Amino acid sequence: MKSRRDFLKTAATGALVLGSSATADKLGLAAALDQQAAAKSKVVVARDPALHGPTGRLDEKRVLALLDRAIAHYTGRDNPVEAWKRIVPVDKVIGLKTNGLGGKGISSHAVLVMAIAERLQQAGVKPGNIIVWDRNARDLEACGLTISTDPSRVRCYGSDVSGFEEAAVACGAGVGVYLSNILTRQCDMVIGVPILKDHSGAGVTFAMKNMYGVLSRPQDLHSGGCNPGVADLNAVPVIREKVRFTIGDAMTSVYDGGPGFHPERLWQPNALIVGEDRVAIDHTAWQMIERKRAEVGMPTLEAVGRPPRYIATAADANHKLGVNSPERINLVEI
Amino acid sequence: MIFHSRHWMFATVVIGIAAVAALTGCKKKAGDPFPASGTVAGWEKTGDTRTFDAKNLYQYIDGDAEQYISAGVVTTSTADYKYQGQLEAVVDVHTMSGPDGARKILETGQTKDAKTVQLGDAGIAYAQSVAFRKGPYLVRIVAYESAPDTPQALLALAHGVEAKL
Repeated sequence: MKSRRDFLKTAATGALVLGSSATADKLGLAAALDQQAAAKSKVVVARDPALHGPTGRLDEKRVLALLDRAIAHYTGRDNPVEAWKRIVPVDKVIGLKTNGLGGKGISSHAVLVMAIAERLQQAGVKPGNIIVWDRNARDLEACGLTISTDPSRVRCYGSDVSGFEEAAVACGAGVGVYLSNILTRQCDMVIGVPILKDHSGAGVTFAMKNMYGVLSRPQDLHSGGCNPGVADLNAVPVIREKVRFTIGDAMTSVYDGGPGFHPERLWQPNALIVGEDRVAIDHTAWQMIERKRAEVGMPTLEAVGRPPRYIATAADANHKLGVNSPERINLVEI
Repeated sequence: MIFHSRHWMFATVVIGIAAVAALTGCKKKAGDPFPASGTVAGWEKTGDTRTFDAKNLYQYIDGDAEQYISAGVVTTSTADYKYQGQLEAVVDVHTMSGPDGARKILETGQTKDAKTVQLGDAGIAYAQSVAFRKGPYLVRIVAYESAPDTPQALLALAHGVEAKL
């Protein structure tokens, strides 16, 4: 198994993530960003073709096993508890940001969220220090989750309960946004648990676009195919610093007609996409959607006028959120 | 002179009332387009109706809102339903500013495998969804699961909605 140094080398953004209290502090954020820019970003795509049982429902045990496999390959640790200890600070409050906007048919799956919460607890995170959250109760319930604010259990509630910051923060040129208190005040670290979808405006919605769910007025950032809105938002310091890991739900997806639920364009990639570099993850996810569209004879997102341009913007010198060129992504498909 | 002015004033008021009546009263105005539980066999309305205007449509459909706004959406109402206590579905009724907007959205979302159905001015169906337009209304009904009787059940609910528009 790998040493911590090896892990940091291969998981490039790990320099920021796992060592955010160590490496980033020692090197300074700018130096850490330069280090990140020079290295490859690791993205693990873990698949299980039998993830959906004969009835079409997700098999809970297989989802947990797939999660373990993805995390093991990402961290280089076979023991899930040891692996998770490398990803999260176990004495802190960990948020799991889901995406339930698409409704019951196309939202982050509760079975995955609960599998992550289970492993976090086994790694030593107190149940009450895990907050599953999204915009509101309806979105969370769409994922199949149950609202709870009981501090002795895994908590699950939306920004409709927590409220938003009263002061706007700058997001790109001339735009002020109001962020959820769950992000700014309650969580020390956030793991994104987005669901992979086509998006009628942005092209693709996954790791970075999931952050629109932390805003009181996401509509303010939708112009221009969400470009540069997505990149600008993810570059807001509190998001850049706290949203350090992504466990992307690509178990079910829509390859067209999103972000709403269109069962006629539903597809089951049966995959999890895991990593720290949200730009690399979104690039990988975009290619996955393009391959599916090609398979069913649909034109590319570029051809229909909605390529996810925000991905390249997020990788540019102004944002430095990650890498989007294939040669700089260490893609591990298992 | 005063006599003539009163005649003109009276005529103006009458014409005004007639114009208002022509613009509003002559159109069949939809009330609540959502069938109550039991009015369509097997279907139960399981949640309150939620209504969004163009300004806050993002709260409901995020980025999808843009295409509806550009097509002239005025309001979108939605409600959850359940068929025979098991099959869950959602009904969305988009009120556009005119029939063109409804047509635009319906045609944009149509794929090659859509089956044409007799509903409103035009309707299409898939295994798990039905959509149709009727005047300025665009209706979309989506089931979250597929079962052998899903298409017929959705069609029946769609007819129930159509009858109320």
